[in-house]
Amino acid sequence: MSIRIAVGKGSCGIAAGAQKVYDSLAQALSDSDISLDTVGCIGMCWLEPIVDIYENGRLTERLVHVEPQHTKIIAEAVQSGDHAALASLRISEDDSSFLTKQTRIALRNCGIIDPESIESAKAAGGYSAITRILSQENGMTPEEVIECIKVSGLAGRGGAGFPTWFKWNAARQSAGDEKYLICNADEGDPGAFMDRAVIESDPHTLIEGMLIGAYAIGAQEAIVYVRAEYPLAIKRLELAIAQAREAGFIGQNILGSAFSCEFRIKAGAGAFVCGEETALIESLEGQRGMPRLKPPFPAQAGYWQKPSNINNVETYANVAWIITNGGEAFAAMGTEDSKGTKVFALTGKIRRGGLVEIPMGMTLREVIFDIGGGIRDGGTFKAVQMGGPSGGCIPESLLDTVIDYKKLAATGAIMGSGGMVVMDDSTCMVNMAKFFLDFTAKESCGKCVHCRIGTKRLQEILTRIVEGKGKEGDIELLEELCNAVRDGALCGLGQTAPNPVLSTLRYFRDEFEAHIREHRCPAHTCTDLLLYKIDPQKCKGCTACARKCPVTAISGAVKEPHEINTRVCIKCSQCMSVCKFGAVSVT
Amino acid sequence: MKCPCQQQQSNLSLLQPVLQKYASVKGSLITILQQAQEIYGYLPTDVLYHIAEQTGSTPARVLGTATFYTQFRFQPIGKYLITLCDGTACHVNGSARIAAAVQEYLQVENGGTTADGLFSFSIAACLGCCSLSPVMMINEDTYGSLTPAKVLEILKDIQKKEAAQ
Repeated sequence: MSIRIAVGKGSCGIAAGAQKVYDSLAQALSDSDISLDTVGCIGMCWLEPIVDIYENGRLTERLVHVEPQHTKIIAEAVQSGDHAALASLRISEDDSSFLTKQTRIALRNCGIIDPESIESAKAAGGYSAITRILSQENGMTPEEVIECIKVSGLAGRGGAGFPTWFKWNAARQSAGDEKYLICNADEGDPGAFMDRAVIESDPHTLIEGMLIGAYAIGAQEAIVYVRAEYPLAIKRLELAIAQAREAGFIGQNILGSAFSCEFRIKAGAGAFVCGEETALIESLEGQRGMPRLKPPFPAQAGYWQKPSNINNVETYANVAWIITNGGEAFAAMGTEDSKGTKVFALTGKIRRGGLVEIPMGMTLREVIFDIGGGIRDGGTFKAVQMGGPSGGCIPESLLDTVIDYKKLAATGAIMGSGGMVVMDDSTCMVNMAKFFLDFTAKESCGKCVHCRIGTKRLQEILTRIVEGKGKEGDIELLEELCNAVRDGALCGLGQTAPNPVLSTLRYFRDEFEAHIREHRCPAHTCTDLLLYKIDPQKCKGCTACARKCPVTAISGAVKEPHEINTRVCIKCSQCMSVCKFGAVSVT
Repeated sequence: MKCPCQQQQSNLSLLQPVLQKYASVKGSLITILQQAQEIYGYLPTDVLYHIAEQTGSTPARVLGTATFYTQFRFQPIGKYLITLCDGTACHVNGSARIAAAVQEYLQVENGGTTADGLFSFSIAACLGCCSLSPVMMINEDTYGSLTPAKVLEILKDIQKKEAAQ
């Protein structure tokens, strides 16, 4: 029997200690013929580090929260065949359901194959689609490839949801011999890590998708623009490109055909606006990443004014599957408007946070409660934030909304690139709106006045509201400014910057009013509005709080009820955490 | 008055191989800046002027590009660069408390460096490790599921290690 042990070593797995587990396993298995593999991220991030055991190619054990001290037991169990000792590490049935309710296309190989081995990728079907397209007998013309993508209904997974075939066709139709295919891996949305996971776990799928795209539009050069903050992704992608070149999938006359394509990686330097395609092109050209006026669209005049096509990582990750299985198979999944699957990064106050790929048409409730297991630490669901700084918060009453570009847009949020941050009743929605405006105000490139100054003014108004200095009329002023910024900005960043404010105003207006009129933060988050009190009935006068208080705001004799001087109190909450009698409360 | 580029004395020859490779390749200014930062740890003003001169560009364009991107620093950094994530997931899960703990313990502002030159501290928009929130990186290593107590333990470990050397 052949046995393979795989350790999930994506960035988050490594941060959780997977490298130490791997090293320790390597030592424990050093004199056996069991193969030890690195794999990427399976997406069950709350269970990291994860060790999978395959027997004759079949997954027989999934062990979770593995630590270096467990590796000896694992090595013994695997070698003897007696797995009884693994029971305490084995994944629970409840946690396993996280995967069984998903449909994985873009993530099909993530956590299964070794991202640093092209052989591993090929064994899982990698490069079979491009091989077929370029074969002499039953090959496909670029037009046939575009037609297949058209039938599939694949739309841009970066957030805008523009039909992929349309962009490919426009670039194909543009005159000129010199064309470029670009991958946007500048995943800048705070709260999103789908693209990082795909590149770290399965870089060959991205390369193959891009090769097919380059063939379809007629590009000779493919460029991946990836965040510099993702060093592991860059390292694995560099290795994968070198392996693919060695294997003849990159370079001149690929697989003996007339199609030639070069690849390179460009590390971004950190600017959210570079997720916008024309800003990304400016940045690729070595300039400040400021958006261009459209038209001309990149398909007509993009990188160095040549026809260019830009798609997101997840979009390309679907392409080879579509070619292999046919456009119809992809289109069979999803809703009338939105076809196929979508990957989400499920995070925040969720029990089972991780990577989720589901067919379009599933409801938000199913994703958050059935797959994600609901709210952690006994909290109550309040809202889910989708689409990052361009998106919005969706409240409990709309949880049965199905995941579909149009249906989500109707709620005031957007599909976005896949960030799905769950919030419970301890999250202040005004603070959340301020958080996103802090971000967009900082990331505004400064080109358009409405965005540059408007986001700053929005940020100032929100800041004074969370500080308890909000005024009557502030809500109306916010709305007016939001509309002005939306109408007056050139690019997507500015046009959508007001969304987090507008959507929280729409569903959580009462929280804004409580801050402004009653100087009260219902979620007890905004420190300036908090009031700490000691209940004299419960206080035993143990003096623990008085000794802990950094500003000596607490007074009282030993064994007598203590008191907080609210004018001195800095609301650091240390008295509350040190009190053993639950006497300190906050309102 | 002296031009600011003459006040610093960086070893410009270190950058020569990079310039040789990229100075005449159009569109490679950001790559040059990234490699310069690798070499010097930050972007000294005289290096920026030198890049402008060698690439046939203007100091205004080079500085304008460098200051646009958050990756570039214009002050030297400490031996350990702490990057605390304040992405949405980390924010919801209490990154503010972690920031307060680091700042209080090391007496350092966002973007600042400790007096002993050991630690620099900066807050980043998102490190993409949301499932482990709150998260920080110290140089290339990522630390997840932080609490104020855990952060202090990590920092003290580094200080102990440094003191032993």
